[in-house]
Amino acid sequence: MGSKSDFLVQFKNVQKSYDGVHLVVKDFNVDMVKGEFLTMLGPSGSGKTTCLMMLAGFETATSGQIILDGQSINNVAPHKREIGMVFQNYALFPHMTVAENLAFPLRVRKMGKSEVTDKVNRALKMVRLDTFANRRPAQLSGGQQQRVAVARALVFEPKLVLMDEPLGALDKNLREEMQYEIKHIHEDLGVTMLYVTHDQVEALTMSDRIAVFDDGVVQQLASPQSLYEEPCNAFVANFIGENNRLMGKVLSVSGDTCSVELEGGGGTIQATKVNVGQVGDRTTLSLRPERVMVNPAEGSCANLVNATVEELIYHGDHTRTRVSVSGSSNFIIKVPNTHNQQHMKKGESIRIGWDTDDCRALDAND
Amino acid sequence: MANTYSKVGEMTTNDGVPLKVSLRRSQRKLKLWAFLLVAPLLVFILVSFIIPVVNMTMRGIENPQVANIMPNVVAALENWEGTELPDETVYAALVTDLTMGRKNKNIGKVATRLNYERSGMRRVITGSARKAAKLKEGPYKTQMIEINKAWGDVAVWSLIKRESGTFTSSYLISSVDRKTNDAGEIVAKIEDKQIYVNLFGKTLMMSFSITIICIVLAFPIAYLLATLPLAKSNLLMILVLLPFWTSLLVRTTTWIVLLQSQGVINDLLVWMNIIDEDGRLQMIYNQTGTIIAMTHILLPFMVLPLYSVMKTIPPTYMRAALSLGANPVTAFIKVYIPMTVSGIGAGSLLVFILSIGYYITPALVGGQSGLLISNMIAYHMQNSLNWGLAGALGFILLVIVLLFYALFNKVIGIDKMKMG
Ligand SMILES: Nc1ncnc2c1ncn2[C@@H]1O[C@H](COP(=O)(O)OP(=O)(O)OP(=O)(O)O)[C@@H](O)[C@H]1O
Ligand SMILES: [Mg+2]
Repeated sequence: MGSKSDFLVQFKNVQKSYDGVHLVVKDFNVDMVKGEFLTMLGPSGSGKTTCLMMLAGFETATSGQIILDGQSINNVAPHKREIGMVFQNYALFPHMTVAENLAFPLRVRKMGKSEVTDKVNRALKMVRLDTFANRRPAQLSGGQQQRVAVARALVFEPKLVLMDEPLGALDKNLREEMQYEIKHIHEDLGVTMLYVTHDQVEALTMSDRIAVFDDGVVQQLASPQSLYEEPCNAFVANFIGENNRLMGKVLSVSGDTCSVELEGGGGTIQATKVNVGQVGDRTTLSLRPERVMVNPAEGSCANLVNATVEELIYHGDHTRTRVSVSGSSNFIIKVPNTHNQQHMKKGESIRIGWDTDDCRALDAND
Repeated sequence: MANTYSKVGEMTTNDGVPLKVSLRRSQRKLKLWAFLLVAPLLVFILVSFIIPVVNMTMRGIENPQVANIMPNVVAALENWEGTELPDETVYAALVTDLTMGRKNKNIGKVATRLNYERSGMRRVITGSARKAAKLKEGPYKTQMIEINKAWGDVAVWSLIKRESGTFTSSYLISSVDRKTNDAGEIVAKIEDKQIYVNLFGKTLMMSFSITIICIVLAFPIAYLLATLPLAKSNLLMILVLLPFWTSLLVRTTTWIVLLQSQGVINDLLVWMNIIDEDGRLQMIYNQTGTIIAMTHILLPFMVLPLYSVMKTIPPTYMRAALSLGANPVTAFIKVYIPMTVSGIGAGSLLVFILSIGYYITPALVGGQSGLLISNMIAYHMQNSLNWGLAGALGFILLVIVLLFYALFNKVIGIDKMKMG
């Protein structure tokens, strides 16, 4: 990931407590590379906003260090940090027009008049709001306000832009549109972005890397692809995308694989060993619904289990099939809608199978 | 759907009734209910507020005395040109009216009324009335002039003719330190008698100072109230509201105890050797006293609207300003204060208008120099009994208040205002 100077932001063993009793952030460590789009993803109350606020300077870290561009910023005042920020409720100044809002960061930097006008116009063009310059924020739609907020956070060319669930208040279509827009702005300007969301789709589509946050700890920090395909613990597997869980007990371990005996008498399964203890420990087997095959040809996959069809939901391009396997009735299979697809009926007994690579043996928590 | 449009542009319901009529009909009952609900308050306001205000204002322009008590003189003077003394008929009418007035014991009212316009007229009228009753027969002109040579003065007759209408502007003219001279022109009163304009000016200036002081004092309190954690802000709120729970009289007299020249503060200053015995400060029974006591009393009216506005300003605005590179002071001035303008406006309007018409406190602690226009109105109501002048002064005060209200509405907008 490059030499040390490539890091724009480093959180080093950062901890935060509001009340002196509970740690809201426990041992937070993240290194952000210049120009990257990093997303903090996590459930509500997991401490994402708190981390942003510490970086922006509105909260102080209880212990640990935050380093921006090689310098510790623990003692730098918020207005000297040169960090652009988009707030969840946008925080556009209601008594100023759109143009005045954008000019604000430039004016406080004592920039010349013509330069200010210039930059404001360019920023407005970038978010395609040139015709709205003289409106008040209250006269804009939610999406337009959001774009103004983004433009304002970028107009003074900060090193780093923080966004705290900026799309939370928008409807689905607009949200998707804005996701692309923010992504494009990021690519065009090459600015480093730290983005917060609890929407995993948003995180997966926008980010270079995602830090999955839970309980004040980063559970996994990886690219969207490896997060989805190679979750390193049960929380991440569950939180990102749809996931089937089967509980079992480790019988033996050999190299990268292990055999697991399913609870509920489903037989023995070969799984990729990711996060298991010793032989005899409990484990969670994680399986993506689209990686499960129905009635596979004999010998084509390593694991075969009996199952009963419980429910079929037609989705057009695929059929979501809920089956019961080894005592668990919440096992989902996505059956693609292809030519030679056999039609299953409710109550039918089938055999399902999967590869050892697709089945990951994780910790038993959660 | 076809019958929804009866003719182009006019919407109707399905049974052909125009939509507007139908809507009005359906809302009539609702409106009637609403009206009944506010009716008691409406009656109360009408009886206790609107009627007295109108009544007092009317007194400022009504002029019944001369017209009612000296009807014959008024009639006889109708065609008088006003250049030389009137003829015998007018004097005969004068004798009739004076005699009647004396018998009905209401000639004093005319005397008082005319005395407002020209000092000495009280004695002229009452003295003449006493003597005119003894006159047996005419011609009355020479006899009346003999009784009092004022009757030989054209100016006196001009005055009577001028004040013979049922309405007069003389109270209003007098309220702005003007008078009508013998030639009928409106001129400034002599220096010594010019008090009202100055007093209006002083009232406005003091109200203005009180408002400014209230803003300066209330802003930090309101800010603390809005930002402190609930437990602490509740305690602070109680302290702010405490003045409301104490009698106005108690609060005002407390200031007397504190501020008088043998009072607590002076004693303290002397004890600390900041001033010596002879240098005790005069902080009460003057403008200072009025301003201090009124600021204290009116402060909650500034704090509460400010607080209610500040409460609605989320901390993210200040944070946004900081993150955009503004230092805390700039952020506060450019972002926070402008968002509190509606609260400052509401509070200022309340404090300013309340202090323009404030009475009790200046009366108690104002001494001579700390009196406001309302004290003068009260004086004319209670002591000089010149209700016409009181009415006119009150009317002017009302107009000033309305002017400020309109100005405020133009600058800030009454609809944007938060009263708390
Ligand atoms: N000012 C504060 N004082 C005390 N506790 C706080 C404060 N702010 C946040 N917390 C607590 O810290 C924890 C983390 O809060 P934080 O706002 O960082 O969550 P989040 O991950 O941003 O959640 P969300 O997705 O809901 O915004 C929560 O349990 C919250 O109750
Ligand atoms: Mg948050």
